[in-house]
Amino acid sequence: MSTELCGIELAKPIINASGTFDAIAARRVFGEALTSRFPFAAFVSKTVTLAPREGNPPPRLWETPGGLINSIGLPNKGLRRYLAEDLPELAALPVPLIVNVMGFTREEVAELVSAFSERDEVAALELNVSCPNVETGLVMGADPGEVAALLHHVRPLTEKPLIVKLTPNATDVVAVARAAQHGGANAVSLINTIRGMALDPRTGRPWLGGTTGGLSGPAIRAVALGQVHSVAGGVDIPIVAMGGVQRGRDALDLILAGATVVAVGTESFRDPAAGARISEELAALAAKSGLSRDGTSLNC
Amino acid sequence: MSAPDRVLAPFGRRAARMLERRVYGAYVVLRCADPDGPRPRAGQFYMLAAAGWGGGDGERPFLPRAFSVLRAGAGNALEFLLEDVGPGTHRLCALEPGEDLLLVGPLGLGFGPPADGRRPLLVGGGVGIAPLAICQDELGGASALLGFRDAARAEGARLLADAHVATDDGSVGQRGLVTDLLREQLDDDAHAAVYACGPPAMLESVRVLCHERGAPAQLALESGMACGFGACFGCVVPTRRGYVRLCVDGPVLDAAELETALVTGALVH
Repeated sequence: MSTELCGIELAKPIINASGTFDAIAARRVFGEALTSRFPFAAFVSKTVTLAPREGNPPPRLWETPGGLINSIGLPNKGLRRYLAEDLPELAALPVPLIVNVMGFTREEVAELVSAFSERDEVAALELNVSCPNVETGLVMGADPGEVAALLHHVRPLTEKPLIVKLTPNATDVVAVARAAQHGGANAVSLINTIRGMALDPRTGRPWLGGTTGGLSGPAIRAVALGQVHSVAGGVDIPIVAMGGVQRGRDALDLILAGATVVAVGTESFRDPAAGARISEELAALAAKSGLSRDGTSLNC
Repeated sequence: MSAPDRVLAPFGRRAARMLERRVYGAYVVLRCADPDGPRPRAGQFYMLAAAGWGGGDGERPFLPRAFSVLRAGAGNALEFLLEDVGPGTHRLCALEPGEDLLLVGPLGLGFGPPADGRRPLLVGGGVGIAPLAICQDELGGASALLGFRDAARAEGARLLADAHVATDDGSVGQRGLVTDLLREQLDDDAHAAVYACGPPAMLESVRVLCHERGAPAQLALESGMACGFGACFGCVVPTRRGYVRLCVDGPVLDAAELETALVTGALVH
């Protein structure tokens, strides 16, 4: 059931979505069992920024029909403390480490990419481009020109695989994915959360401390499938697909739509071992169905 | 009570067979068998869900719900105290013996022992009395001051021993707030260690009162929580050292760490 993503060998095609699993906190809660039964074939970190961030004021969560809106605000220790404190602990995980980074300027992203490029513990970098470039005011991942300029700036800085995490909140996601490929990205991942909002039923005012948030969970599964299908038709680089995956069936659908690897996000909140269950279901389904997107059997 | 305050949870969600469902006025106690789980510490919690999750009011619930353990008995039978206030609690309250309760836990940091030979004093409000029952068991007895809205909810006082009750409407016990009872107790003897759980406004009154009287207090807080194991970063509360995740650094916090216990963000259960 092994697979390969940008030269990284994966024991199975299921990883976690960035920001939906904190392996260090989980180890405090579940102990050694977390490591010995690690549910993902690679670990994708929560977004790391140059400076520490406390995140958005609570409330940060709202439950929707079949989903969750979050407005977390990328809390993290910042690059310096991440390198010193978290990286050694994450390097001890039994799977490859993919570090997700975000900067508010191209120069910030460059600094992050350079810093992690030097670390052997890091197998690949995922670029979170779902934020505004404070210099241009444009959301980097919503504009093909921004993504092209960003990759032009950071691609030469590392030989590690670069995965661009696409935002679904773009007019033309395929154009952005093409810009990423043209700029030298080794893969794209999608979809990030979809912008949404909830009102406090008692006051009629925004519930979330950050006013708006990102919708995830099965509520967005059909959107993910549609965007993965479209992007797969527009690029030749591998796709890491995610969005509402709860069962092996959902993962198989995304693979049939063009994904190489599938990420589990919100479902891990409901069951921390969901990734392992979904991997088993996917393997059983693939073996049973013989379905494939290209006429050959699936590599899982 | 002795360290550690955290008992590790088995990795992953498991099914616990429902043994009994008991009604206490407005509350329901679910008793389930958790033979594969460890014995939790007082103040720890579980994320609960059930088959048939979803499809309720507004096509919810979707996420599991966090509940402090009420009591852990022989053979690791776990008890939880619920009030039907939303789609999640509605589904859970309907569970019958023989059905599966899906759970992850025990989670979080529980209560610590009383310091300096202080007498433990349990202060609870509404459905928040739950962790005080197991706390009373662990301490080998402690006075309990419990506040409820009305007589139907005051039925919950039967779950603890040696309970002094206040109700908003005076239908049971003293008319008024549980913090009125606490004030009287601390005026008598402030050499107490307070263990409290209840709605934010009650906890804030307890925090202020204990601070004024120099009594240490451990407060079990609640916040909207998607995962319970530190993954979602949704349940943060502000403390003097910045935001902390209530699921892994709480839910029991030292009152001295808080500038306020008036935290926001509890999901509609």
